[in-house]
Amino acid sequence: MAEAAPGGRRRVLEARGIVKRFGDLVANDHIDLAVEEGAIHALLGENGAGKSTLVKVLYGALQPDDGEIFWQGAKVEIASPAVARALGIGMVFQHFSLFDALTVAENVALGLPTREPLRAIAARIREISAAFGLPLDPARYVHDLSVGERQRIEIVRCLLQDPKLIIMDEPTSVLTPQEADQLFETLERLAGEGRAILYITHRLEEVRRLCERATVLRQGRVVAGVSARAETAASLARLMVGSDVKAIERQAARAGAPLLELRRLSLPPDRVLGMALADVSLIVRAGEIVAIAGVAGNGQGELFTALSGERASPAEAVLIDGRPAGQLGITDRRRQGAAFVPEERLGHGAVPRLTLSENVLLSRHGSGGLTRLGFLLRQRAQRLSAEICAAFDVRKSGRDPEAASLSGGNLQKFVVGREILARPRLLVVNQPSWGVDVGAAVTIRQALVDLAAQGAAVLVISQDLDEILEIADRIAVISHGRLSEALPALSLSLERIGLLMGGAHPDRVPEAVDAD
Amino acid sequence: MFLEAILLTVITASTPLLMAALGELVVERSGVLNLGVEGMMVMGASCGFVAAILTGSTILGALAGVVAGAALAAIFALMTLGFAANQVASGLALTILGLGLSGLIGADFVGTQRDPAPKLAVAGLTDLPFIGPVLFGEDGFVYASLALLLGVSWFLWRTRTGLMLRAIGDNPVSAHALGHKVLRVRLLAILFGGGCAGLAGAYLSLAYTPFWVRGMTAGRGWIALALVVFSSWVPWRLALGAYLFGAVTILQLHVQGFGLGIPSQLMSSLPYLATILVLVAISRARGRGATPGSLGTPFVPDH
Amino acid sequence: MPIELERRSEPSRAMMLASPAIAVVLTIAAAAALLAAVGVNPLRGLAVYFIEPLGTSWSLQELAVKASPLVMIAVGLAVCFRANTWNIGAEGQYLAGAMLGGWFALAYHATGAWWVLPGMLLLGALGGVLYALLPAVLRVLFGASEILTSLMLVYVAQFALDYLVRGPWRDPHGFNFPQTVTFEPAATMPLLLSGGRLHVGVLLALLAVAVAVVFLGTTLRGFELRVVGMAPRAGRFAGFDDRRDILLAFAVSGALAGLAGIIEVAGPIGQLLPNLSPGYGFAAIIVAFLGRLNPLGILVAGFVLALSYLGGEQAQIALRVPLDLTIVLQGVLLFCVLACDTLILYRVRLLRLRHRTVPGVP
Repeated sequence: MAEAAPGGRRRVLEARGIVKRFGDLVANDHIDLAVEEGAIHALLGENGAGKSTLVKVLYGALQPDDGEIFWQGAKVEIASPAVARALGIGMVFQHFSLFDALTVAENVALGLPTREPLRAIAARIREISAAFGLPLDPARYVHDLSVGERQRIEIVRCLLQDPKLIIMDEPTSVLTPQEADQLFETLERLAGEGRAILYITHRLEEVRRLCERATVLRQGRVVAGVSARAETAASLARLMVGSDVKAIERQAARAGAPLLELRRLSLPPDRVLGMALADVSLIVRAGEIVAIAGVAGNGQGELFTALSGERASPAEAVLIDGRPAGQLGITDRRRQGAAFVPEERLGHGAVPRLTLSENVLLSRHGSGGLTRLGFLLRQRAQRLSAEICAAFDVRKSGRDPEAASLSGGNLQKFVVGREILARPRLLVVNQPSWGVDVGAAVTIRQALVDLAAQGAAVLVISQDLDEILEIADRIAVISHGRLSEALPALSLSLERIGLLMGGAHPDRVPEAVDAD
Repeated sequence: MFLEAILLTVITASTPLLMAALGELVVERSGVLNLGVEGMMVMGASCGFVAAILTGSTILGALAGVVAGAALAAIFALMTLGFAANQVASGLALTILGLGLSGLIGADFVGTQRDPAPKLAVAGLTDLPFIGPVLFGEDGFVYASLALLLGVSWFLWRTRTGLMLRAIGDNPVSAHALGHKVLRVRLLAILFGGGCAGLAGAYLSLAYTPFWVRGMTAGRGWIALALVVFSSWVPWRLALGAYLFGAVTILQLHVQGFGLGIPSQLMSSLPYLATILVLVAISRARGRGATPGSLGTPFVPDH
Repeated sequence: MPIELERRSEPSRAMMLASPAIAVVLTIAAAAALLAAVGVNPLRGLAVYFIEPLGTSWSLQELAVKASPLVMIAVGLAVCFRANTWNIGAEGQYLAGAMLGGWFALAYHATGAWWVLPGMLLLGALGGVLYALLPAVLRVLFGASEILTSLMLVYVAQFALDYLVRGPWRDPHGFNFPQTVTFEPAATMPLLLSGGRLHVGVLLALLAVAVAVVFLGTTLRGFELRVVGMAPRAGRFAGFDDRRDILLAFAVSGALAGLAGIIEVAGPIGQLLPNLSPGYGFAAIIVAFLGRLNPLGILVAGFVLALSYLGGEQAQIALRVPLDLTIVLQGVLLFCVLACDTLILYRVRLLRLRHRTVPGVP
């Protein structure tokens, strides 16, 4: 018989003592978790705390090294996702399991255990999408869909199997605030039907709004099981990190000369499924931080490559320090005093199989005194690498390890540090703290603020609104390849930014009375 | 009459290309690049011929060719699926191995002759003028190639397993996350591709010519690979390409016979030069859209 | 799958050195099995193949002479493969170099001038460069697969050579055999030790190795090629032009292959024939992998493959073993190298049986 928890509701899922190791790393260290029927239960923790691993174990995608799982009171072994689905566990992953070249209906069909004909599946998709407010057209190809629409496929696919427990992994990280609200309504409706929801996130306000109970993980262990509504965002943060989170210190910006200017930059898409840039205009001045907010897939990557010089633009469309730079390559732009940090650290900002000192050469070979007559000066590169690691608290194993051996946060600190120590006058960063632990994120954001305080112009492209509101002086929003006007941060409310991210025209968005 | 004769020879020249390329199309649709088609094909030619001589049966020879191709493909599968080895290098190793092994196996049979595979004779139909011999008078291999064409098209687009195979080729990580057996499907696809290449080789030594010569595939395996690219991984376009190629091959043979003073070596180079042109034309026209998303990248599942 | 791969946290340094050695040992075992299969006593066969060629001074010199073109071509291939471009047509570039350099020799035949040989070598390298740039340009401009285009060009080169040697360049006093006149001494590679087999080409191969070591390890260009091969987006981030790098890699590879071709023609062969290579361009691919794309490793690997060629020739004479056995062994060797290389990045485990699921009973 299922145990009755205090309050009388049955536990639909209980995990006891789950252990999972990857080589030397203990991702899950004797974790206990209990989820009740009809409840929305939060699983909290910063990046690297072990949330994704635990959830993969619950879903059968990984096998635990130790521990037991009970489903509706009976002990089970979840050998594969198919078994999990048969039990009634559904999962909506943070990284979608979709096939770009196939249609919505085909994608859903591949996630179902039965072999129903596609027409029947398409009909059921239309039913569910209408019933739960998740508009979807079964005949469209996935490569044409936005990120929010793709998430709906995952949710519909999950709901079609009538799950009693739905696990959602960081669902709002790719949604605008308005889309997130829509999702919350859907979730509340589902919970109202008696389904249980395990909601994984690191966003504290969402937890307090949506969830009753929260289990907090830190470094692979459960540190608390609390009532979400009884806690504050700050107390939850303290539980997640283990200590008080340092706030960013910054002063009001005193903006100087314009160091970066974009004048009506328009570019066609650079690949088949890319986004065109249309009429992008922006000015970033010395001493200020300008942030570009936007959900993934709205042209951020295209804008970055146009700024960095990896892609050529009309000469007058990009001005660095007043001089036309659109036709300059990235090495020349670096010689003009610019520096760049791309979104992808492995494969773009750094080469995984090269050592840190070799990765220093990547962006500093043209202007760092690291080569002579075409020959590499390895010792100097190693000294520079050591300097970066010391200044930015980069934890690594060995003196000069491969980039791939560093954790996400440490590698990001290295990549950002490499650029900042070049003392640039202009720094462009795309997603400075994506997938990075809180400690590293704070270090990076403080470094950006300090750089601006020293008189550099800093442009940050980010999907994380909390981060933007923390460090930006002015905020613009990118949507479908178009950039809104950059307005002072204090004049913008979360709601207004959300509307702009959704594509609303700035003049038709009412200004907030309170900037709160 | 002359046109009919040309058409018949074009069909015979195209059939081995069509068979081998169809097999490779399925393999590449599942996301694996097997460059060893030439090696599997020549093994099929060698083993098929030897088996046919030893047993006296064309059908057993064809079967031996299929098995030989699949066996060689199994080695490739072990390397690329089991050991996650580099697919380009593994394919090259397969070709080298196949060329050498086929030479060893066929060594004692060089110079031996046998009757070529019999052509079909349907009372009444085969005697129809022009279309009779072309449609109803071919040998079993030709019909097998057409059946293969229809079968592959139906499988990939009208069955759930075929959908899954295409999905695996698009994104094996997603497919694995959904619980599909990526490695198993790829293994079966690779074995199928090997069987097709082996059958194509057996055709060469049992029907196209009734004897075995070292290296008799003469690069057809590589041309088949180019045809797969040309077809944008769509079977009917593959058939079009194969028959066009057969036509080019026959054309250059006839031109050589005209005695125009063009060096025979130049004419013999035509199919290979044509392959280059085809690759350039299709790469320009298409961009990256149609390639199976994961082609050539090894997949190692988490456990 | 009965085999499970578990990624190591860092590539194993021990396996980087051991992998080629293990591959060679496995290949020797396979050789024993194959020899037995064709009816030869395995121990005797192995001795003829691998030990006897190391016995006399003459055969050691022959080993070096055979290894030189393999090493030279493989060094060029290593540069290409590290840049993630696949030059499968080195055989064709080898022939193109032989043809262009050979033309020079024939054009200035019987002049006896000092510049004939250097001119031949230069043109040989140039021929290789031009022939290699064909697939490279097609890749850069049109995105056409360089694997297939470079390979098709091999067949074209073979046909071209056949035509020249049977037609316009045929020796009129050669009894109608398909061959050119034998090159005069001014157009021949000078010997290092008179009466021996070692010629200057061996030194040129060693020079190629040395230059490659310096280039790949210490220059910015060499670094650039490696980065572009490992992570093209990072290459662009670094400001490296990957189109130019593809052309450069192919040009280097073509030059070395073409040079190897003319050296062989001007050295051991002494004239142009329809058959100038026992597949050096393809065997060099195996040398490159066995040497782990490292010039010094390639130097050793070249000798291993040269040994297989020499041993194969001896085995054919002494034991009536077909030459195809050598080709089979080379294929097996490449497979073993690739399999052993997996051990560098992964630990290989045999899969344990999993528990079957017990469905929950409500």
